[in-house]
Amino acid sequence: MSAVTQADQAAPGSVPASGLTARRGLGDRSFQWLALGCGLLVLVILVLIAVTTTQQASSWFTTEGWGIFGTVWDQAANKFGATPFIYGTAVTGVIALVMAVPVSIGIALLLTEVVPYRVARPIVYVVDLLAVVPSVVWGLWGILVFAPWIQHIYARIASAVTGVPVLGFFFGTPTSGASFFTAGIILAFMITPIVTSLSREVIATVPATDREGAYALGATRWEMIRGVVWPHSQGGVVGAVLLGLGRAVGETIAAALVIGSSPVITSRLFSTGYNMPAVIANQFGEASGVFRSALIGLGVLLFAFTIIINVVARAIVNRSARRKRGA
Amino acid sequence: MAVVTEPGQADLREPAGWRRTKNRIATVFMVISFVVVIIPLGFVLYTVIAKGASAISWSFLTSPIPINVAPANVGGIGPAVLGTIEITALATVIAVPLGVLGAIYLNEYGGNNLLARFIGFMADVMTGVPSIVMGLFIFSIFVLHFGFSGLAGALALGCLMLPVVIRSTDEMLKLVPNTLREGSYALGAGKARVTLTVVLPAAIGGIVSGALLAVARAAGETAPLLFTILTVTTANTNVFSGPNTSLPSQIFANATSPYTGAQARGWGAALTLIAIAFILMIAARFVTARFARYQR
Repeated sequence: MSAVTQADQAAPGSVPASGLTARRGLGDRSFQWLALGCGLLVLVILVLIAVTTTQQASSWFTTEGWGIFGTVWDQAANKFGATPFIYGTAVTGVIALVMAVPVSIGIALLLTEVVPYRVARPIVYVVDLLAVVPSVVWGLWGILVFAPWIQHIYARIASAVTGVPVLGFFFGTPTSGASFFTAGIILAFMITPIVTSLSREVIATVPATDREGAYALGATRWEMIRGVVWPHSQGGVVGAVLLGLGRAVGETIAAALVIGSSPVITSRLFSTGYNMPAVIANQFGEASGVFRSALIGLGVLLFAFTIIINVVARAIVNRSARRKRGA
Repeated sequence: MAVVTEPGQADLREPAGWRRTKNRIATVFMVISFVVVIIPLGFVLYTVIAKGASAISWSFLTSPIPINVAPANVGGIGPAVLGTIEITALATVIAVPLGVLGAIYLNEYGGNNLLARFIGFMADVMTGVPSIVMGLFIFSIFVLHFGFSGLAGALALGCLMLPVVIRSTDEMLKLVPNTLREGSYALGAGKARVTLTVVLPAAIGGIVSGALLAVARAAGETAPLLFTILTVTTANTNVFSGPNTSLPSQIFANATSPYTGAQARGWGAALTLIAIAFILMIAARFVTARFARYQR
């Protein structure tokens, strides 16, 4: 602050010619540079993440070549193919979305279209509480309470669908409490708050006049939602869903505890599996050399996936939010 | 609930038949979605409280961590509580000032220019970077050169908090009316002075509550700490050097333990962690209610 004062004192002699801008003293300018530097820090960190992790992973990329997309992950044989984990990430992500998206949109519609504000507020709090429960607590509950309980249900479903063409293919034996499906369910709980709150924001941008117009024509609430809310907000909701997918793909600890930790590619959703963040978390401690490099390489792939998903999703969400402001 | 309408006389008050039924079904589905969310949440909170409450006591929170085979009533999670406080506090000290300054750039200096919009956009994108990638990043850039330490963990958590703080602060600065800024300029103050003595104090409630929420999130993160603090069981009062531990890392370690004593300590630690997050959240709400002058 002292620099500003000095500039003020120096001002009378130098100001008149160049006008008001000359009053911008050293303190003012250095503060601006400081603020700019902190803003740029975001970009610097993102670039550094990409550069340093890629460097650390380079020995994996060079030794395996296209073999990084191989199907065998065996540290004893020095084979590090990422496909089982990419597959597991995709499967758990899809399971999480299939369960979380209808529920999230349902809650978002409930909050915006059905209940009054004073009821909506506590509902928002409750849904946000899901996000407050730390990932590791979901994992602890998942592995010690949820997985042992749901194992019996899996076993019953599996024995019921054995031999049935499609269902047997996905839900048949073998079954395990810690599995793709369990991980998908836990991830669904974890991404519900963000999908709900973003969908709600998007749905809230539907102009009240459009709603009233639909009601005036005699539409029921559901018809109004189908005819007015959905066409107006579907783009933004797609963005919200993508952001949820980004979260599900990167969520680590809960998945690491409940996914069952076996790098296999199988159509059986009730069997043990693995995904990218989970294998990094579980195996990094004991890894060195190409093994460690491969795990960091999985992190690089994960980073690339989530950056792409997030850029696309944010662009969609921002565009639909801008439309509301009429720009 | 059937509406009796006389034949030949349409009931204009309510749409009849399948349209009404469909509307009902949709509404019921929305209510069910909420119920579907409450059940697991209630189940988790109930389990953590039921299993954790019996473990928690003052000595549990302060005693050293025993070996895994130790029964439930022996030892505690003292080093983990200490580590979480140290690391989270350091992360806050690193990330909050940087985040607030970044937001000041976005809102006070950048305005609507391309760079500011790009940084804002990338801050949003950065909130989606998986926490484990932040851990790998700090491992690659810091731990490989300087070794495991609480500081490394704090840097990883700080990277996660930074975009969150930038975004929440930016939102709050947007709410400060321009008339305040113009009034200060009219009195002859420079931009730095206006920002620091007029704009920031006007938005301080929202900024603090946003920062508290970011801290609550960071305190529960495990993945960024796995490769940065090297989860040990001994207490380390020096956050700047040497391996450290934290509540979430300890829960992660205990969750896979077959020993009931270790699991019980895991539940106790989980309850402690959730309690910390709740306290921070309530503090955030209190700050918002008490100090926020301009709210959405």
